[in-house]
Amino acid sequence: MSDLASLVAGRNIIVCCGSGGVGKTTTAAAIAVEGARQGRRTCVVTIDPARRLADALGLRSLTNTPGRVEGKWPGELWALMLDTKGTFDDLVVRYAHDPQQAHGILDNRLYRNLSDALSGTQEYMAMEKLYELHEEGGFDLIVVDTPPTRSALDFLSAPRRLTRFLDNRIFRMLVLPTRAYLRAVSVATQAFLRTVAKVVGAEMVSDTVAFFQAFEGMEQGFRNRANGVLELLSQPSTAFVLVASPRRDSVDEALFFAERLGRSHIAVQGLVVNRLHPRFDARPDGSSATEGSAAAPVDASATGDGQALAALVANRDELRAMSAREEGHYAALAAEVAPAPVARVPFLADDVHDLEGLAVIADHLFGQGGPAAA
Amino acid sequence: MDIAGFYTQSSVIIVAGKGGVGKTTVSAAMARTAARTGLSVLIVELEGKSGLTSALGHPELLTYDEAVLSPDGAEAPDGGRMAEIRARTLTPDDALLEYLVDHGLRRVSKRLVNSGALDVVATAVPGIRDILVLGKVKQLERAREADLIVVDAPAAGHAITFLTSAQGLLDSARGGPIRTQAADVVELLSDGSRCQVVLVTLAEETPVNETVETAFKLEDRVGTSLGPVIVNGIYPHLDHLEVDPVQAAALAGVALGPGEAEALGAAAEFRRRREEVQAEQVRRLEEGLPLPQLWLPNLFTTEIGLGEIDQLADALAAGLERLPEVMAGPGGRPGSAAGPRGRPGSTAGAGGQPGSTGGPGGRPKSAESAS
Repeated sequence: MSDLASLVAGRNIIVCCGSGGVGKTTTAAAIAVEGARQGRRTCVVTIDPARRLADALGLRSLTNTPGRVEGKWPGELWALMLDTKGTFDDLVVRYAHDPQQAHGILDNRLYRNLSDALSGTQEYMAMEKLYELHEEGGFDLIVVDTPPTRSALDFLSAPRRLTRFLDNRIFRMLVLPTRAYLRAVSVATQAFLRTVAKVVGAEMVSDTVAFFQAFEGMEQGFRNRANGVLELLSQPSTAFVLVASPRRDSVDEALFFAERLGRSHIAVQGLVVNRLHPRFDARPDGSSATEGSAAAPVDASATGDGQALAALVANRDELRAMSAREEGHYAALAAEVAPAPVARVPFLADDVHDLEGLAVIADHLFGQGGPAAA
Repeated sequence: MDIAGFYTQSSVIIVAGKGGVGKTTVSAAMARTAARTGLSVLIVELEGKSGLTSALGHPELLTYDEAVLSPDGAEAPDGGRMAEIRARTLTPDDALLEYLVDHGLRRVSKRLVNSGALDVVATAVPGIRDILVLGKVKQLERAREADLIVVDAPAAGHAITFLTSAQGLLDSARGGPIRTQAADVVELLSDGSRCQVVLVTLAEETPVNETVETAFKLEDRVGTSLGPVIVNGIYPHLDHLEVDPVQAAALAGVALGPGEAEALGAAAEFRRRREEVQAEQVRRLEEGLPLPQLWLPNLFTTEIGLGEIDQLADALAAGLERLPEVMAGPGGRPGSAAGPRGRPGSTAGAGGQPGSTGGPGGRPKSAESAS
């Protein structure tokens, strides 16, 4: 069993992180397929999957409840496509003191903007959904995709960002009885609000004040929940898997993640490098051939009889050089996350858009794949 | 068409596309081609990423203050002189802060940021960040800060929000400075003589789908003029890859080492398969989106530096020159008849290799020998 496979066997939560465009969603789904293959009851939380992959997983629309994906495996595979706003709504209903309070919030215009406008909200809700599935879903393993934000670690700071928003002193002060020593602040606040009203309109300001009034007393519930989420992320039963492509920019981003996770005392437990070019070495045993290539001295500008061989050699050398550069990036990343296991996924000709394609990726990730082939 | 002609069609070019397709690279290459024609360029980067500066050989990260990436009169690869290229970041928070300071909140602005009140304001007015950023771009354009402003837009999903926020605000905000700002932004985005959006994609399924969707959404909701679609990472076509390596070696009178025939064959097969996939995706893009395409070659590299940017700039220039006069830039819109255009394998692609036909997959499939 590969080390990555033992993560799937032994953990309850796997978080896939990495920059956008590196195949994070597909990787998360393939890891979940492996979970089902290992006989575990697995759920994958995807964010904005490509359409055909979503279809293959039966994800016709945003859902807040996982749907079962049928397949030939001993375990179970469930999937959902994160509905940020719906998740937030559920949270409001959960922490409101009564239906009236929940209504007041859900109908508030500022609240309705929150899930789109406050950056980090999507990340927060991804984590919130994870928490809920973990607490109530009865899953052995939950695999989470993370939003393709620039700093995909927003999900670590997102809960705090939202609670800070809800705790905003300036606005809460408006709805709390003002104490004398706060009066100075309050005057500044009033001036600030007047200015804001001038810029964005008085209506917006009154919506905002109404929102904070409606929310009064709920922050603690939110804060506790946010702390619960962060605690869950730092438990030993949670593993973070970095996903990268073997390009300089992606690697830099991945290194940044690894470091940032380290500062939060979270170790990267696995690394997946996607889209590696095959090596096309001359030796069928896969050991690298650096010399002894009889065709090496072929003149690439050859004409006539030598043309075909020159083209074949030029192509092989180009792809090989590409592969060598990729290997360099790969090695740097692998060293950075050592001793975490590393999985290599070759450059595939097509997008993954069905369970079969996911199974191919899973084979590469979990060691049943042959040598990287075109 | 004339390269300078293309870059003077509009004073702002917004480069948009899915993450990972090379938006930043394309923004940099565009800046270089425009500067070579003597146009001064300001690149505006919205996310504080470092890719742009390293690609253009600039040692430091960009800040809110402009940096000169390439001074006026710098030598171009062909020995000519280039106009100045400057760059800066313009993050939404910076723009919002600047706006508040301009509106008499200088004294408390710092505390507002630290207290998170900015988040509250930005949430109360969704899209305010986008409006402020684009409003700032408009201000730079109006002040003629450069002959051309290239905006490296946020990644695809966000690009639509980014460019449609102004319209949304116009629909909801009653009055006041924000509404004025939104109206100005809508005006900029919908005026083809001031602004065009250039979509960047790869010849792969998901990016192609998203590009087509984005194009129609922008067309419908904002009325933006769309420039040619840039298809990045096209494998330059190589002839003879279908020849059996053993035969090719015999023809050349060379003996192959152990396993070498297999390696050469596998590499050729890989390349041909990639070319086929790309040709197929380019066709899908063409069917879905009646806009001219410009192809940039796959450089077989994992790192982009100035040398690579200049290679892409050459390919971009060649592609622009091949664009028919009437078809380049604004005017070619999804949903409208786009007039005569080059097809892959004929004139539209910038194959980037002398002697290549320029098209992915180069030749019709029927000509491929069975393998």
